[in-house]
Parts: sequence; structure tokens; C-alpha cells
Amino acid sequence: MENINTYTISIYTENNIGLLNRISAIFQRRHINIESLNTSISEIEGVSRFTIVVNLEEDRIKKIVGQIEKQVEVIKAYYHTDEETIYQESCMFKLKSDLLFEEREIQNIIKDSNARIVTVNKEFFVLEKSGRRNEIEQLYRDFSAYGIMQFVRSGRIAVTKDEMKISQMLAAFN
Amino acid sequence: MTTETVKATQTATEKTVRISGSEAIIKCMLAEGVEILYGYPGGAIMPVYDELYKYRDQIHHVLTRHEQGAAHAAQGYARISGKVGVAMATSGPGATNLITGIADAQIDSTPLVCITGQVASHLLGSDAFQETDIVGISTPVTKWNVQITKAADIPEVMAKAFYIARSGRPGPVLVDITKDAQFEEFDFKYEKCKSVRSYKSVCKTNPESVKKAADLINSAKKPMIVWGQGIILGKAEAELKAVIEKAGIPSAWTILGASALPTSHPLNIGMVGMHGNYAPNMLTNECDVLIAIGMRFDDRVTGNLATYAKQAKVVHFEIDPAEIDKNVKTDVAVLGDAKASLTALLPLLNETTHTEWHNKFKELYAVEYEKVIKDDLHPTKEGLTMGEVINQINEQSKGDAAIVSDVGQHQMIACRYAKFNKTKSNITSGGLGTMGFALPAAIGAKMAAPDRDVVAIIGDGGYQMNIQELGTIFQQKVPVKIVVLNNEFLGMVRQWQQLFFDKRYASTEMTNPDFVAIAKGYYIDAKRVSKREELADAVAEMMACEGAYFLEVCVEKEDNVFPMIPTGASVSDIRLS
Ligand SMILES: Cc1ncc(C[n+]2csc(CCOP(=O)(O)OP(=O)(O)O)c2C)c(N)n1
Repeated sequence: MENINTYTISIYTENNIGLLNRISAIFQRRHINIESLNTSISEIEGVSRFTIVVNLEEDRIKKIVGQIEKQVEVIKAYYHTDEETIYQESCMFKLKSDLLFEEREIQNIIKDSNARIVTVNKEFFVLEKSGRRNEIEQLYRDFSAYGIMQFVRSGRIAVTKDEMKISQMLAAFN
Repeated sequence: MTTETVKATQTATEKTVRISGSEAIIKCMLAEGVEILYGYPGGAIMPVYDELYKYRDQIHHVLTRHEQGAAHAAQGYARISGKVGVAMATSGPGATNLITGIADAQIDSTPLVCITGQVASHLLGSDAFQETDIVGISTPVTKWNVQITKAADIPEVMAKAFYIARSGRPGPVLVDITKDAQFEEFDFKYEKCKSVRSYKSVCKTNPESVKKAADLINSAKKPMIVWGQGIILGKAEAELKAVIEKAGIPSAWTILGASALPTSHPLNIGMVGMHGNYAPNMLTNECDVLIAIGMRFDDRVTGNLATYAKQAKVVHFEIDPAEIDKNVKTDVAVLGDAKASLTALLPLLNETTHTEWHNKFKELYAVEYEKVIKDDLHPTKEGLTMGEVINQINEQSKGDAAIVSDVGQHQMIACRYAKFNKTKSNITSGGLGTMGFALPAAIGAKMAAPDRDVVAIIGDGGYQMNIQELGTIFQQKVPVKIVVLNNEFLGMVRQWQQLFFDKRYASTEMTNPDFVAIAKGYYIDAKRVSKREELADAVAEMMACEGAYFLEVCVEKEDNVFPMIPTGASVSDIRLS
């Protein structure tokens, strides 16, 4: 068996209803678990961008990307290793306000982790932290000891170190 | 044309007219050259049917007896004409009944536009009467699909639908239209679609890759071509023939590639795959360069991939980039349209004859003839064989008929033995293996090519999967010839049970009705034969009949189809008995 690696797939698409369904079906059919998925606008007007993280052999990821690109509304799909991208995840913690005022350690964790306070009120406060998965996990472990009221983490978003020539490609389409 | 008339026609097409969404759908079809469509009405598509009534002189709607029949008929139409087939159905059950045909068209790259009615847009998602999420259901089996909720979107979407269905690697497109959009009025103007941003239908053939392919082919001592339906879809039959002849390369075909080169061509070495010919299967594992053209290395063709053509360098001519290296790793991939690629290849090829290598195919053919073909085509034992029926049809049609086959033993026999002089003559369900395909597909084929003899070869099992389409044949007066090879078994499954499941014939025996009486019940001429002496006359009567004709041939109950590559075995482990 080939080595399994983490790959980030970036897909530039038309912004059409139903495309998420088509793309996720490509993974579902092949029993591939999506580690994370994010969709957003991109740098080009009217063009959406999917960022999908999967753990897979390179041979298979190539084929998957081929199948994704085959979809009529997909402009271009790429896959990248972690080394080829700059990537982030984002998360939010909701914690009891007492902790913020009474636990010195909590204040230190916040400072050391560069987490940002989003809001504070009498009952709770909310922290936001963006970074690598391990930083977020570390924070999670640190706060767990004190009790987390709510936690949520986003999918990975990533930009590549190399250029992706989508605009040129779109110009060439017509 | 004078400048004035040019101007006049331009303004005419630019002029908008205020019409309903349903009328727009019909106008779009007319603009796309649709003459026939197959379908079945119902509540959610009634406005379109109402408009069809108005346009009945311009567009012929064929009422099939089941929506699956409509989809398959549209496929048969598309496969023989090379045009887009159109099927229409109502929402809910009508739409879901189309799905098997759509899935079949997807895997066999058949251009279809399917139109389904949908509940009114304010009811979407409310589990309304006859509401199904047909866009969701059809997503994995369509090349593209879309739902329209506003009449104004109809022209652009329909233009896109036809363009996507027929361009590049063709396939089925589903357009779902809510009932309110069918009623809504808007200013109609139609423009054909010439391109879709984000969709690159065909890659331009890269001259460098063609050069590499040519070098490899020129260096080969034992080259072999396997072509598929890409030749037919790409209208590259003449180019294929020129390439084969110039380079003297023995050439085999996949089931969907059948008929692209006449059967009688000296370099045509037969079919590859599970029930293909002995020589091309055996020698796939001996050739030094394997040239795949417009085929996708289906597992029924390759058998065990770990042992498939391992010694050979592989050249793959293909329109769909996702097919490259999907199943078999290539040494040279030539992306692009088959016609363009082969045209570029031809002048670069050396003129050669690989006589000694070609003789190897002939030797193995002789072995197959002795062990299999002779007894199939000229049996000496009492019971009728499927092969001799096909042979009889060959003789009487002189190889000019289009053969539409269903799925099972008879299909393999028909594809193995039918003689084809003309391209687009083999219409069968390849990738999905859909029983029930042939009867409705034959309707579509005959309507698209009324000048051709269309003979459907069907098993007693598959016949009963869409037997209701006899009603369509009768009502529409479609002069198709229907041959049911009755072995009173689901023969192909029985064969597997015999070979791999200890002859435990679980649920494969069929007690059949009086097929002749049924055909006659639909006012179709019919006959049953079970003796060799009766066969030739019966086939002659069938071929001479002006209208539709049903011929039941009672064949040997437990005959098997050989050669055979058992699932998962290597192509060179092909069995002759
Ligand atoms: C819709 C569908 N259901 C089941 C099958 C599985 N299947 C493949 S061949 C076959 C038997 C076909 O029997 P028949 O139509 O009598 O043809 P024969 O093999 O006897 O020529 C079956 C059941 C299929 N291909 N399609």
C-alpha cells in the first residue's frame, strides 16, 4: 500500500446550486472520508472555492481530482500537500466568565496562545483562535480542565505557495 | 444572401415573443432540431403536453408505456442517429422511472436530454403530491442536471442542456421544471449555446503527444489496437480504418465499439473482454504496444488489472482526461477528439504489415473456431443454438441490419456473431447491462433510421422487463423485428450458477407465457419456431414483413457462452469450455 498523506484539494467552481452535492458524491461513492470542507467566494467574482481536506494515497487523490474536474461547473481542481500550502483553521470557545476573572492561569493561556476575546458578559465570554490544528487542540486540552461550555472548529482554509492561474484559465475558456 | 435579408433574419431571431414557459420548452427543442421525443404525461408536466398538442405537426411525441421505455427509446434514437435523444416525464414516479435509462446513458456516454415536470416552486421541499428531489436523485447518473423555477431561465438552460449532452464525452442531462415556470409568460428569445465557461468539452490534440504515440507505434513489433465507442461518437471510423491499414495493426473492439469497422475487414480480429474472442484476449498479454482508442479499460474488458497487458507499452487516445491512468497506466496519453487525433497520427505512421504477428491471431482464431464457433454457428446436435439464429439473420440481412440486443447470453452471442457492414449498427447496454433495454431502444433506433432493418435480439427474461412497449410498437406502427431467444432461463445467471455455484439454479428458471399470443394480442405478426428446419423460413418471413414482427425461437435450455474470462481472472486465462 502506498503512503497515506494529508492533501488539501482546492476547487474553483461556478457558484451553482447542487454542486456541493455532486462533489461530495464523488467522495462518498469511493468511501473516502472528508476530514474537513469549506466553501467560500474566491478572488474572482462569481467563482466559488471549495477547500477539502482528505487523507489518501497520491495515486487515488489524482483520480479524484480528475473526476472533480470532469464536473461541468468545475473550473479547475488542484491538490496540494501541507508543505505546498499555508493553511489555517479557526475555532471558538465559550467559557464561564468567572474563569476569566478568577483563574490567573486562564489569562496566561489566552495571552500565550494569541487567542482573541470576541465578547464578554456576566455569564460567559467567547474566544476565537485561528491557527494550525495542533495549536487549537492544545488550547482545547488546556481549557478542558476548566470546563468548556461550547466549542466549534471550522474546516481548513488554505492558500497555495505557488500561483493558481485561474484568471488566465477563465480567459482561455471562451 | 443580400445584406438586407441578412439583416432581416438577424432581427427575426433577435425579436422576442411573449410566450409561456411550456411553449418555450417546445420552441427550444425545435431550435435544437428535435423531431421526436419519447415520454409519458402527468400532472406536473401537463402544460408542456398541452403545448405539444399545438405543435404536433412539427414535433412527434411518442407515448411509451412506461417512462423507462421512453428513456431507452431516446437512447436507441441517439445511438443510431448520433443526435441527442429526448425523453419527458412528469414529476415523482414519472421522473424516477426514467432513472435506469439515464444511468444507462451516463455509463455508455449517450447524449440525452430528459425533461421532467416538478411541483410548483412554492411547494418544493414540502413533500407535496408527486414531489421527489429528482435533481438530487439523478445527480450521480447525469452529466449535468438543473432545476428551473423561472420561465425566463428556460432558453439559456435548455441551450446549455443540449450543448452539454452532445459535446465532449456525451451524456445525459436532466432538466426539471416547476409547474409555475411552465405557466409563467416571458419574452422568449433563443440562442444556441456555443460554450460554457468552466466546461472544456474537448482538449485540442497535442501534436507532441501524437508524435510520441507514432514513434512508439512505429517501433512496435507486435502492436495491437483496441477501439471503443469513442470512434463512433467521434465519427472517426474512416480515420481508424486508414490508421489500421497503413500501419497493418490487428485491431479488436469493445462491445460498444462494435460495427465501427466492418466485421469482414481483414485486420478486424474481434471482440475483447469477458466473452470476447480468444485471440485478442490471449494476445493482449503478448503484444508489445497496446493502442487503446476511445475506450476506457472497463473491468469487463481487462479482467484482472494486475496481469493486464503488463508487458506492453500503452498508448491511450481519449477525450475524457479523467479516464487517463484511471484503470491502466499509460506510457503515452493523447487527449482529444478521436477524429482529430487519428488524423494527426496517420501521416506519422510507417507503412507496415505485421504479417507474422497477425498470423498468430489467425492461428488462435482457428482454435476458437474448432472449439466454440463451429458448434455455435453450425451445430450438429438437436437443439437450436443462439448462434445459428444470429447466423441466419446475418445471411438474410447480408450484414446490413442494425442489431439491438438486450442483456444476457443472447447479447454476448449477438455481439460476437452479428455481421456488421455499417457503423452504428450495434446498439446494446454495455456499461450498465440493463435488462429491458432492447425492446424500447429498438423503437427509438427504428424511428431514427426508418430505412434500416432494425432487429432486436432479446432473452425471455429481459423481454418481460419492458414487454409493455409492444403497445408503443403497435400504436406507432414501428416496423421493428423482435427476436426472442427463449431458453426458459435467465440464461447468463444460470451459466454462472452452473460454473461457479455448483449448478444450484436458484430462481433462474422461467415459466413463460404464450409470447406469440401476447404479440398477436398487440396485433403484431408473430411466429414461434423450435426446429432447425423452420428457422430459415421464419427469419425470411420476418425480414420480408412490412410491419413489426415477433419471432420466438425456442433454443437449447442450458447452452453456455464461451469463451469466457471468469471475473477477476487474467485475460489470458480465457476458457474455451
Ligand atoms: C435489470 C437487470 N436485472 C438483473 C440483471 C442480472 N442479469 C444479467 S443477465 C441476466 C439473465 C438474462 O436472462 P434472459 O433475458 O432470459 O437472457 P439469456 O441470458 O437467457 O440470453 C440477469 C438476470 C440485469 N442485468 N439487469
